[in-house]
Amino acid sequence: MQVTSHVREPLVTGGKTYHDVTEDVCRQVEGAPSTLWKFCFGFSLIIFGVGCFSLFKTWTVGLGVWGLNKTVGWAWDITNFVWWVGIGHAGTLISAVLLLFRQKWRTSINRAAEAMTIFAVFCAGSFILMHMGRTWLANWALPLPNTYGSLWVNFNSPLVWDVFAISTYLSVSMVFWYIGLIPDLATIRDRAKEGSISKMMYGAFSLGWVGSSKDWSRYETVSLVLAGLSTPLVLSVHTIVSMDFATSVIPGWHTTIFPPYFVAGAIFSGFAMVLTLMLITRKVYNLQDYITIAHVESMNKIITLTGSIVGVAYITEFFIAYYSGVEYESYCFYNRMTGPYWWAYWSMMTCNVISPQLFWFKSVRTNLTATFILSIIVNIGMWFERFVIIVSSLHRDYLPSSWRDFYPTIYDIGDYIFSFGLFFVCFFLFAKFLPVVNMAEVKSVLKSSSERKVKHNN
Amino acid sequence: MSASTENKYLIGIYEDEDVLLHAVEHVRHSGVKIHEVFTPFPIHGMEDALGFKRSRISKAAFMFGLTGFICAQSMIFYMLNHDWPMIIGGKSTLPYPDFIPVSFEATVLFAAFGMVGTFLVVSNLLPGKKPQIFDIRSTDDKFVVAVNISENSKSVDEITALLKHEGATEVYEKLV
Repeated sequence: MQVTSHVREPLVTGGKTYHDVTEDVCRQVEGAPSTLWKFCFGFSLIIFGVGCFSLFKTWTVGLGVWGLNKTVGWAWDITNFVWWVGIGHAGTLISAVLLLFRQKWRTSINRAAEAMTIFAVFCAGSFILMHMGRTWLANWALPLPNTYGSLWVNFNSPLVWDVFAISTYLSVSMVFWYIGLIPDLATIRDRAKEGSISKMMYGAFSLGWVGSSKDWSRYETVSLVLAGLSTPLVLSVHTIVSMDFATSVIPGWHTTIFPPYFVAGAIFSGFAMVLTLMLITRKVYNLQDYITIAHVESMNKIITLTGSIVGVAYITEFFIAYYSGVEYESYCFYNRMTGPYWWAYWSMMTCNVISPQLFWFKSVRTNLTATFILSIIVNIGMWFERFVIIVSSLHRDYLPSSWRDFYPTIYDIGDYIFSFGLFFVCFFLFAKFLPVVNMAEVKSVLKSSSERKVKHNN
Repeated sequence: MSASTENKYLIGIYEDEDVLLHAVEHVRHSGVKIHEVFTPFPIHGMEDALGFKRSRISKAAFMFGLTGFICAQSMIFYMLNHDWPMIIGGKSTLPYPDFIPVSFEATVLFAAFGMVGTFLVVSNLLPGKKPQIFDIRSTDDKFVVAVNISENSKSVDEITALLKHEGATEVYEKLV
């Protein structure tokens, strides 16, 4: 028996019954696609097509089409990679960390957030493959002997750790997501007409699930252990991404605070992206009773917390650069603020440090329009953070004769557009063909923390 | 249970998870053997009420994780130190701290895939498997108790009365 304080806001409003949950979530899966969905999906396909053309050029001509030069060897590619991977972290955080902390409000947002994780990691992975230039030689990053002779990959390199981290993260996230989907797919299977295509498809993917208590008991253990595995995994992934920078002797990169600073930034940007997507989804699919203002507020609180950690990290980094007395380090930070990329630095500071502080006001963090705008601003800020870290640290070499600036070409932009196309094509397919809210988990919290229960007890 | 042999079951439908939990406890207490309970979501305490042992799947996960850890450690040791000792930046060919990230990832990867694979196999969840459905509403909003009539000494009427007494809204016989 669970006892929930009645002072707590209900997680599900509108007096929903178990059957209402099924109806509300299955409606969009079973119905014909709406005009709005067709329009959005069509638009994403166009963006994806444009991006594919750019990618085709990048592959056939080579990385010369990008704005890179001898001094700035990493720019938009790695900026986009780190940005997407960071966005992905929120999904795992919601489904794994909040599960371990027994935060019941995660139940209505975890499915979509995990889907977002997977698609964001697809996008991140695509930049890793792209930045190799000769993508068809990507197997060189695997622990296979060089040209099948006898030389192996260098396990001292964080880039090799990244290969393991990102691929483990992607595959484990997909497994976690799929296990959570099985009971809901079975629900759709049982509602589908006998002999229809959906009966066959959802039947095949639900693996014959019937919801026996033995299966549920194992399912719960599996979810808990997967959450326990995913929690350190998600922290390790961005830690390793930060080590790609922190282990190189480049002023602005060679700092020990990078791992926690990157992880906080990842959660910060990920929650912002979850909010951007969920605010639209709840409106379009009429899920206001499941994703309530209380959910939005909780996510905004996490954004304020992680945004403040990021702000403290920026200031610490800056202070240490001055206090260390290392002239290269000091110059790097002075140059970030006042050099040719001053606008990127100040955009980052405004978007990431100042804007989330607005969420201290309850009226702001419970306002959907304000949240939507701020969630986009946060992601713009987090993109600039990675750009600042990468480009502003690289463009002033140790040798002033090799100082070069970086300017993106149309293919840098095109490849970034490709990732948006990929992300939204995947997301819209998910939003149409799979239940966007985890029905089984929402039903499990319905009795203890819905409005129905509160009314019943009064 | 193979799909070819059909058994006669008594199906009791419940509307509420707490009523169901108490019903299962009382029904078992009065000596009726319950075949299975089908619910739209996991109910805490149900495995105790039914007298199931705690799943040992987390132990399997630990063993798979350990396998992953050992595989990664041996792989790195073999490649970096044994087969072709690599001196990078004048460092040792056995830089143990550098083994940690890859070993950790391999541990998680093996544990997650091994555990999920075990789960699917022991629960007999396989692609294209025909589900053995007792009452189709159990994946929507109803809680279903299935009693195998042949496994019980009590008569159908007695069990029906008992299930109804414990709050079942509907009781019927079905061949599954």
